Amino acid sequence: MTNGPVIAVPAAANAADAVVVGAGPAGLSAAIELRRRGAGRVVVYERELQAGGVPRHTAHPGYGMPDLHRFTTGPRYAARLIRLAERAGVEIEVGRTVRSFDGLRVSTTGATGPAAVDAGAVLLATGVRERPRAARLVPGDRPAGVLTTGALQQFTAVHHQRVGSRAVIVGAEHVSCSAVLTLLHAGCEVAAMVTPLPRHQTFPPLWMATAGRHRVPLITGADIAEIVGRERVEAVVLTDGRRISCDTVVFTGDWVPDHELARSAGLAMLPAARSPVVDSAGRTEQHGVFAIGNLTHPAEAAGVCAVGGRSAAAHVMAWLALREWPESVTSIAVEPPILWAAPTFDGITLRVATIVKGRIECRHGDQPVVRTKHHQWMPNRAIHIHSRVQIDSVAISP
Amino acid sequence: MTASIFDVVVVGGGVVGCAVARELSHQQLTVALVEARNDIGAGTSKANTAILHTGFDAVPGSLESRLVARGYELLRAYAPTVGISVETTGAVLVAWDDEQAANLTALSAKAVANGYLQTEVLDASAVRSLEPHLGPGVEGGMLVPGEHLIDPWSTPIAFATDATANGCSLLTGFQVTSVAAGAEATRLTASDGRCVTARYVVNAAGLHGDELHRRFGFDGFTIRPRRGELIVFDKLARRLLGRTILPVPTAHTKGVLLAPTVFGNIMLGPTADDIDDRAATGSTRAGIDGLLHKGRRMLPALVDEEVTAVYAGLRAATEHSDYYVSLHADARYVCLGGIRSTGLTSSMALAEEAVTSLRTMFRISPKPVDEIRAIRLTPLGEADERPYLHGGTIVCHCERVTIEELEAAINAPVPANDLDGLRRRTRVLAGRCQGFYCSAAVCANAAAASGRPMSTWMGLP
Repeated sequence: MTNGPVIAVPAAANAADAVVVGAGPAGLSAAIELRRRGAGRVVVYERELQAGGVPRHTAHPGYGMPDLHRFTTGPRYAARLIRLAERAGVEIEVGRTVRSFDGLRVSTTGATGPAAVDAGAVLLATGVRERPRAARLVPGDRPAGVLTTGALQQFTAVHHQRVGSRAVIVGAEHVSCSAVLTLLHAGCEVAAMVTPLPRHQTFPPLWMATAGRHRVPLITGADIAEIVGRERVEAVVLTDGRRISCDTVVFTGDWVPDHELARSAGLAMLPAARSPVVDSAGRTEQHGVFAIGNLTHPAEAAGVCAVGGRSAAAHVMAWLALREWPESVTSIAVEPPILWAAPTFDGITLRVATIVKGRIECRHGDQPVVRTKHHQWMPNRAIHIHSRVQIDSVAISP
Repeated sequence: MTASIFDVVVVGGGVVGCAVARELSHQQLTVALVEARNDIGAGTSKANTAILHTGFDAVPGSLESRLVARGYELLRAYAPTVGISVETTGAVLVAWDDEQAANLTALSAKAVANGYLQTEVLDASAVRSLEPHLGPGVEGGMLVPGEHLIDPWSTPIAFATDATANGCSLLTGFQVTSVAAGAEATRLTASDGRCVTARYVVNAAGLHGDELHRRFGFDGFTIRPRRGELIVFDKLARRLLGRTILPVPTAHTKGVLLAPTVFGNIMLGPTADDIDDRAATGSTRAGIDGLLHKGRRMLPALVDEEVTAVYAGLRAATEHSDYYVSLHADARYVCLGGIRSTGLTSSMALAEEAVTSLRTMFRISPKPVDEIRAIRLTPLGEADERPYLHGGTIVCHCERVTIEELEAAINAPVPANDLDGLRRRTRVLAGRCQGFYCSAAVCANAAAASGRPMSTWMGLP
């Protein structure tokens, strides 16, 4: 499988060609591809006790097509990636937390205590989480029964727990539909889905197969004004004054990258996304430090992260062989209502703040390079634009 | 349930009651501590501003002034011996207008009247060089180098652990519903029928102190809770602040403060709303928005950071401007009432005060020093050596809490029995993800360590 340059770095315990932080789809896919391209020691540090990332808990189909060309469930997809990584000779160390990196020296801690490793390249693949209730500044009591989808999936899929009997879902995007199925499967009625936007933000077929099929009421144009309940959730009060009785509230979506390691290292950030600034190769402004996956674009499907991680591997190999780095890595300028835009291996991905109609126009310098067809663009949904030319700025024209 | 007669029973397992129980347990006495909730430190004591005050701004000559100054010295000395994290950051009072700036000299004189001599009035540029991230409009300030940050969760837990190690009986879930005073002893009956009998009673019932006071047949103060809402910002905001930023009190407003926490976060608050409901610990839209508005002016970069927690605490405010401490020899009863925000700082001094009061009624001899058992908690402060640094399996990644710490908290002498209790003993689930990654694993580990079903840790009815 070796079709790239073989890097002559001794495989000492305290050195590695590449250190990958996070064993989710992006991190594992990058590590596998690095080994296939001839990298020596590739170590993936995973702070959880199992590798695989978020797909471990998403016990429904919809995984594997973009990268593995098979249609499967989250847990099976995660297991497959781990098998491929092991076969490729990737070292996955679970239960080890990366505390910091200084240049290319990575400090970790785990069950056997602290350790440090000198890396040829560092790949940050720390992923995303959903913004919890407090970060959304939702007032009211602080009872038990307030969850995110991530927590909900772990309670149900991993630990087989009942979470409640009647839930309100906050959000109406892709992951909110996943929460509908998870709740119903766990025997919890869904009282309503609530979104401040005028409509749901997922694909109509996905909506029909989940909330539509199970007749979950969708309340638009409203947000949660207050959570009521001293010990356990008793109700939510909406901004339109409605009160919905429930014992569970699930906050879905509203992704925020797990960017603390990146920021602590002093990497430049894209404020609206809270992601490190990268170029289309995944390079950050620090030599030898790459960022891949949902850390750089909150959030995309697992397969998108996997393909992105895989394509970054070629650039990592180039860095290891040539030690060349761009003079500067700059962010893509955006105009409202675009929230942010981040480069991907084959173009850009962006998000809008409101429902907006128009054409998305992308420029390289002053030169227009892409102009989409007229379309209605939805918030909370990944918008991908393909371009072989580097995009420096993006705006929407009516 | 408890047949024997205690020498003293302390009602209320907040920071004050736990401090009193600890002090009494170091005397040759039989002591019980009763708490209405199922854990100590779970009421107002868990939701304060976590500052160890010098008392520089108290009302000179007041009981509060004396006890805060004394409690400051006592707790500052005790904390490091038992593993309560304390950080010496100091504080700056910041004047944002001419009226506030004009007040600084008077505040400096007030500090002297309170026996605190280390304040230093600063001009605007000196304030700015100390705290470069402050917003525009600083007119001046005053440095109070002795203000400390303290871990407010471990303080009552340390007191209670110390007390039980020295023979104090702890009864939780004991909500006093009746008081029967006999000739020699007083019997307290709980809502579930349990009874405790003691010769002397100390009232440290916090928000319900006036209710207990009336059960003894006395009057004199009424609790009107004053709610304080607080916002805790992400640890990435910690770099924005070197020390606590205190407001300059004026005739019109008390203002809000900005303080680092020993856990490595930044706290903004509190608000001050007089309310009637003694259980209304919910936050409000107006409170949150008002705090963010003030925070944006004080420390503009702060509001760009993620919020980790929003909570509200209730101060046990009364119609009096001072603490309400009273001694009733006929009833063999001491009341520590109306202890507000400063109670964390003054707790050990209030304990001394309670023992002094009891001494006027009967003879109390201290235990020999070598009979007093010392205790040690694992410090929770970010500046301390946390267990994860020495190995162990991290379960909560935001706060880096290990499974071994959860097990220790569940099997402790004063054990955690719900997630909130675990949080206050280990920091678990107190971080930025609020359980997205670890809440299921935490509940599973707690279930394994406690032998109770996982659902009981999830707060399911």
